[in-house]
Amino acid sequence: MTAAPLLSLQSLTVRFQTPDGVVDAVAGIDLDIRPGEILGLVGESGSGKSASCLAVMGLLGPYASTTGSIRFAGQPIAGDIATLRGRSIGMIFQEPRASLDPVRTIGSQLREVLHLHRPELDAQAAEAEAASLLRRVGLPEPARQLRAYPHEISGGMAQRVAIALALAGNPRLLLADEPTTALDVTVQAQVLDLLSRLRDETGLAIVLVTHDLGIVAQYADRVAVMRHGKVVEQAPVHTLFARPSHDYTRQLLAALPRSEADRPAPKPVATPLLRVTGLARHFAQPRGWFQPAAPKLRAVDGVSFDIDAGETLAVVGESGCGKSTIALMLAGLIGMTAGHIAFAGRDLGSTSPAERRALRRQLQIVLQDPGEALDPRLSVATQVEEPLLIHRTGGDRAQRRETVRATLAAVGLDDWALDRRPHELSGGQRQRAALARALVLEPSLLVLDEPTSALDVSIQAQVIDLLTRLQRARNLAYLFISHDLRLVSRVADRVAVVYLGRIVELAPTATLFANPQHPYTRALLSAVPEPDPDRRGRTRILLQGEPPSPTALATGCRFRARCALAQRVCASDDPSLLPAEGGAQVACHFPGGAG
Amino acid sequence: MDFILRKSLRALLTLCIVVTLTFVVLRTSGDPAIVILGTDATPEMIARFHADWGLDQPLPLQYVHYVGHIVTGDFGTSFLDGRPALTVVAERLPNTLRLAGLGFLLTLGLGIPAGVLAALNRGRLLDRLVVTGAVLGHSVPSFFLAILLILLLAVRWHLLPSGGANAPEAIIMPALTIAAGGMGSIARFTRAAMLDALRQPYVRGVLARGVSWPNAVRAHVMPNAAIPTLTMIGFLLGSLVAGAVITETVFAWPGIGRLIITSVARRDLAVVQCIVLLVATTMVLANLTVDLLYGWLDPRMRAPAQEDR
Repeated sequence: MTAAPLLSLQSLTVRFQTPDGVVDAVAGIDLDIRPGEILGLVGESGSGKSASCLAVMGLLGPYASTTGSIRFAGQPIAGDIATLRGRSIGMIFQEPRASLDPVRTIGSQLREVLHLHRPELDAQAAEAEAASLLRRVGLPEPARQLRAYPHEISGGMAQRVAIALALAGNPRLLLADEPTTALDVTVQAQVLDLLSRLRDETGLAIVLVTHDLGIVAQYADRVAVMRHGKVVEQAPVHTLFARPSHDYTRQLLAALPRSEADRPAPKPVATPLLRVTGLARHFAQPRGWFQPAAPKLRAVDGVSFDIDAGETLAVVGESGCGKSTIALMLAGLIGMTAGHIAFAGRDLGSTSPAERRALRRQLQIVLQDPGEALDPRLSVATQVEEPLLIHRTGGDRAQRRETVRATLAAVGLDDWALDRRPHELSGGQRQRAALARALVLEPSLLVLDEPTSALDVSIQAQVIDLLTRLQRARNLAYLFISHDLRLVSRVADRVAVVYLGRIVELAPTATLFANPQHPYTRALLSAVPEPDPDRRGRTRILLQGEPPSPTALATGCRFRARCALAQRVCASDDPSLLPAEGGAQVACHFPGGAG
Repeated sequence: MDFILRKSLRALLTLCIVVTLTFVVLRTSGDPAIVILGTDATPEMIARFHADWGLDQPLPLQYVHYVGHIVTGDFGTSFLDGRPALTVVAERLPNTLRLAGLGFLLTLGLGIPAGVLAALNRGRLLDRLVVTGAVLGHSVPSFFLAILLILLLAVRWHLLPSGGANAPEAIIMPALTIAAGGMGSIARFTRAAMLDALRQPYVRGVLARGVSWPNAVRAHVMPNAAIPTLTMIGFLLGSLVAGAVITETVFAWPGIGRLIITSVARRDLAVVQCIVLLVATTMVLANLTVDLLYGWLDPRMRAPAQEDR
């Protein structure tokens, strides 16, 4: 590795002037990127990885000042960065759709960039080049996509468009800032494979900024770990994972939920704590005046499962599959179109309002983003106390205060937190407060809707440990909604895989991960980037395309359009959830791949 | 196509409601015979008056006649001078159109650039000047501004005539008065819309692709900021007409604003009705234009609203 570096950062610092004073986002880093390599830049939020990239592009905004040297292909770039943007260095961002102008077509945005960097192309040649760029990033039907607006395409397609836009000027370096964080795992695998392929084909160097060590292990050649604005460790990927030299790297690796299920299989109980049968929620679609009624959006379409006391059932699936709708229905926050929810043997639909209220107390929900779920104007103590007031339990003021204090202590928050408002807490502390609010009524079931996906990896590990401890101490049952399969393998007793509003596979965790039966489960598992660079060679089942719309469901099996095993029977018969090997239940005509 | 049809049908429906409401309000707000003939008119005189103007017929029948006449372009005859109401209104209309048109141009021509420049120079002197000016503009009542202008420009310095429409420069003060409030609102609104658009991630995306700052502002920020600003312009058209009533009165401007005041005072039903319908139609058409422009500017509007899942 003696090639001259393409991009070279020396003692780069970035300092932000904020109303609260000066923040050193990047505190002197040295970093080289060589031609044709993929450098993984990892770290938790606020570690300075995005700020470093934006500093290279000169896009930090008016409140930041940069010192140090940035050299591209040996030349210092100080004032003339604007001429390098798009032409020598491209950049793509986390929110792909938001990085496209919403009021201009994709074709018009591509032509703008082509006109800028390739002025020799006339209108017709630019149009052809735009289409060929879209083909290069794997977009089907480029002619149609050129006329589409950003809101008409999916997130995964938008990121491909953003890549096409970044490549239009033939840059030699691409800065990819969390390019797949907002995408589903199967789509993430497609986009990362695309980046990797582009590197192989054109010798493009890529800086892959991510918080996900799995992505780094699967795609990077070299890794730089950042913390508090500094690069704490830099090494080839195999070395880093095999022999991490810095404490922080070791911590990050230790905090990773491994994909090994080590939980004993649960034993069946006569009356489950929660029994859900035929749960469904359909949404009416808006329509024009002279159009026929639009088909209903079937967000959840006939879902049944049980949860026993003290058990964790995970519900996994990609965005739009209906998993959050299930959580909201269980919590009574939205109504259901059909189905029954029975709690402790009592059907919530046929009990008296008073009894329903008492049962509801046993079933609480914790939402994904504690920053949004907590009222910004009320103190933590007030918010944790509120459920006691609503349900008229908890005794007098002093007793309630004591209960609040004890509950906060149980989630690891001391008296300091009582009178704080949410913005004074860190993300992890906020999620603990939200958890305390749900626990203060001493429920027996908690619905956890992506409880850790808004948190950094190390905080996530702490919250998961806390949840596990609480579960053992209070015999709590969890319904754990998540898109993160690695996390699920660590916390769940059983896993329900949801696709387009239906459970396609429901199995004990160990069985599901060791021997997935449904082709969708297998694809989902194989799309997860494993934090082990030695497992790059494994054969992966890559799904093509993205889930179809839940309004336009075809006949038969919902998965058949993306299924490699689909036969004629899949088009005519909708498979139902039937018992399979190892205590699993699978909705597939060819479980286990026997075709 | 469906979008245009939907919006047009909605506009038509609004017009029907306006036509009906005008009828109901004007027929139930006092007997024009008593106002015009005086309180000492004999019952026979009143009955004659009613028969002459068709006011003795049952209300539903009056309504049918009224709608029938409007559809054929007949807005009735002025009680006072016997000429068709449409003629009375039409001879005043050009004056108001000139005044409101100039006011509208001033509002947009000064307000929008001021807002854009303020946003691009956020926090600097220019920004503060624009914001201060805008607050002044829409917090000073128009009658006060009008009197102030007359006092200074007409009475003290003799630069402009204090009223009327005889000299070409007489339009300056009323147009400024009409424009002041709207200018302030539109400047502040444009500034806020620009700042919002400047914050969006796509601006960074566009710059990262190599587009220069001025081009990014011109081709991406301004079109996006135009969308919310357009809504504001739709509202402004409404206040323009309301402003015309006050301004025309203060400056003795012979337009329909002043006409409606005299006609209401004298219960000249046909003229009032004609003006109300005219103003309402203008408003409905203006809002329809805004809606259609909206669809043209914002591709997300063309589809029916999506329900949040």
